[in-house]
Amino acid sequence: MTRLVVGPFNRVEGDLELTLDIADGRVSEARVATTLYRGFEQILTGRPAADALVIAPRVCGICSLSQSMAAAAALRAVSGIRPPPNGELAANIAHAAENIADHLTHFYLFFMPDFARDFYAGEAWFPGVAARFKAVAGAAAREVLPARARLLHVMGLIAGKWPHSLSVQPGGVTRALELGEKMRLIAIFGEFRAFLEKVLFAAPLEQVVAIATPEHLGEYARGAGDFAAFLRLAESLRLEGLGRIALPLISFGAYHRAEGALFPAGLLAPGAREPSPLPPGAIREDVAFSFLHENSADPALAVTLPDAERENGYSWAKAPRLAGIPAETGAVARQAVAGDPLIRALIAKGTGASGGTNVFARVVARVMEIARLTLAAGEWAQALQLKESFFAHGPAAVEGAGIGMVEAARGALGHWLTVEKGLIRRYQIVAPTTWNFSPRDAHGVPGPLEQALVGIETGEAGAKAPAIQHVVRSFDPCMVCTAH
Amino acid sequence: MSQAWKNLLWLQAGSCGGCTMSMLEQGASGWFAELKNFGVRLLWHPSVSEESGVEVLTILDRIERGETQLDIFCVEGSILRGPNGSGKFNRLSGTSRSFLDVTRSLATRADFCVAVGTCAAFGGVPAGEPDPTDACGLHYDGGESGGALGRDYRSQKGLPVINVAGCAPHPGWIIETIQALATGDLAAEDLDAFGRPAFFAAHLAHHGCSRNEFYEFKASARVLSERGCLMEHLGCKATQAVGDCNQRAWNGGGSCTHGGFACISCTAPGFEDARNFHATPKIAGLPVGLPLDMPKAWFMTLAALSKSATPERVRKNAEADRIVENPRRGK
Repeated sequence: MTRLVVGPFNRVEGDLELTLDIADGRVSEARVATTLYRGFEQILTGRPAADALVIAPRVCGICSLSQSMAAAAALRAVSGIRPPPNGELAANIAHAAENIADHLTHFYLFFMPDFARDFYAGEAWFPGVAARFKAVAGAAAREVLPARARLLHVMGLIAGKWPHSLSVQPGGVTRALELGEKMRLIAIFGEFRAFLEKVLFAAPLEQVVAIATPEHLGEYARGAGDFAAFLRLAESLRLEGLGRIALPLISFGAYHRAEGALFPAGLLAPGAREPSPLPPGAIREDVAFSFLHENSADPALAVTLPDAERENGYSWAKAPRLAGIPAETGAVARQAVAGDPLIRALIAKGTGASGGTNVFARVVARVMEIARLTLAAGEWAQALQLKESFFAHGPAAVEGAGIGMVEAARGALGHWLTVEKGLIRRYQIVAPTTWNFSPRDAHGVPGPLEQALVGIETGEAGAKAPAIQHVVRSFDPCMVCTAH
Repeated sequence: MSQAWKNLLWLQAGSCGGCTMSMLEQGASGWFAELKNFGVRLLWHPSVSEESGVEVLTILDRIERGETQLDIFCVEGSILRGPNGSGKFNRLSGTSRSFLDVTRSLATRADFCVAVGTCAAFGGVPAGEPDPTDACGLHYDGGESGGALGRDYRSQKGLPVINVAGCAPHPGWIIETIQALATGDLAAEDLDAFGRPAFFAAHLAHHGCSRNEFYEFKASARVLSERGCLMEHLGCKATQAVGDCNQRAWNGGGSCTHGGFACISCTAPGFEDARNFHATPKIAGLPVGLPLDMPKAWFMTLAALSKSATPERVRKNAEADRIVENPRRGK
């Protein structure tokens, strides 16, 4: 057996290191570590409750607004204030813009450049893919970066700026939009849609979101556009068989409105036909292999303190568990829980008895969500009632405990908050990649990525094997959130 | 560009990645094209470059051994010195080295060293009380000169660390600093007392604020969502904070104050240790933090005068979430 250490692992958000045990040319065991600890939960403690809105979003520059949404929701759970419909809509529009921008950044800048590596130079599809997706030099970035920047003009209108805004508050958003601004929002989503329909999908978005079966997806893959190019190379490389795991899929639910959430919260157990509600109080965080002091496993009661010398420690991240077992989260879980038939089919398909998520399903779920959210956000912009308020005034969070649960682009994000005499007594953040890239727990059970890497053939490429890169990046990890 | 290509290396230390996200919002042709236009070659960036693992360590090694020229060294994120000076809170993945060690080594090789964001400049949010990781900036520890590189540090071209402060900074501040270094247009005298480029730091965030009329008449918002000036009651520090924030568009046309929330002076050392960001500290009913370099007595006199002259329209609109009275000719 040989041991490989893989790092710095780039084109992920933040600091990631893998330790892989290789036997007979395959990964026999994997350990996933985050190598950065900043102590946000310690920094939040003792501050006035509302200052969580300044500090907590700065955990992460790529899902900053999702962190704002979670902090505002936690404060709301303590104070009882409810935002008016416009406040909810406007926050959802900004949240959607962040989510779409993150998915776009992942597809074009983080994930696809691996297929433009020289390793694949012998593949028939290589010349086209390399010209389009080569890191920094590829032609796609020239179109995608301006489109991304233009999409984020939504933030200029609703959030003031991005990342790190204070516009999302427990009572709604801080700016009531004017008529011209509503028109600009609609225009931005219209322009972005045109970009998607030309460059990414080469098809009307309504047709894209109507793809409901793998067979239909296969037909679509014969067309033009960057997504179809990915689908074709995914088939040639059999990405649906790569990085396969069958764990509970969880979503905290996203884009809530009075009439319900666009993507509802829930849990889809392996092999289950329908989702069930998330069991309340079933989330615990284990630190048996973390550089952290032993503490309450309940995020509502835990206090995070580092211990750099901890025996058996190999990551700064905690190991979240749902009713004692690891769970996967992200776009694939969100869409599976929400009942997207294509994603359900891609998970059920394949070799395993109960199927499972895999590199292909994770990427397809993310790209399909770009189409869904662009359509939804455009409608929300139209639905803004400008004569009505965007902000409700009410009592501050002074005493009590609350949980803010949202979906960031990368999946389930929770903030557990306790306020005493107006000050933060305890603050715990459980982020999407904390779930997906968790270390082992006290029972020795590996986290989702640690399981997904087992069995991968590394061959002569060793640590440079592209399959490792694909599996890791298929989760779109955010390591700065993972250990914060 | 006729001169040789300039090599840019960008590393992320104790960062949230937000400065990179901001950078990617730049321009009509995108960041990569803008670098190219100014003859800047991206040696490596953690979010966008192809090289991974050992390939990255080779790039860093070649710089440290003097085989690759390092023209511009950008660091994003705080430098974490803890625990006990070991730097272990932030290890360079794939190695046993701390980022503290790596940064110190590369900075001595660089022609120019750029701290991207308030974390790399001064320590930023990770340095917030109780400062769990002994975080600091490259050349400053809060407002104190020193930091990870020490007070006497100068880059190969003789400059202190260039501090593109902001949380996150405007993409223009970052790219224009890099471009000015590439063209040779940025010298020591173009930096302010905290090493921030004066092209943005010689302005105050207040300049060009869309709430200017409310400020002039001291017509103040009482609660968030109202359109009035945010300084008197809601903690706005724009009259004390450096940055041309309201003179350039953020994300196409926004800014903090335009978005309806207070400037928290994120370009300043120690901004993270304020409390109650959306409340103005007052003594005997008077704001403690008055506009930079304005005599207090004058401010009080002018404020009283302007309050007495506030037009009805301005007073009403200041306390509403939308325009409730339009401008019209007075009788």
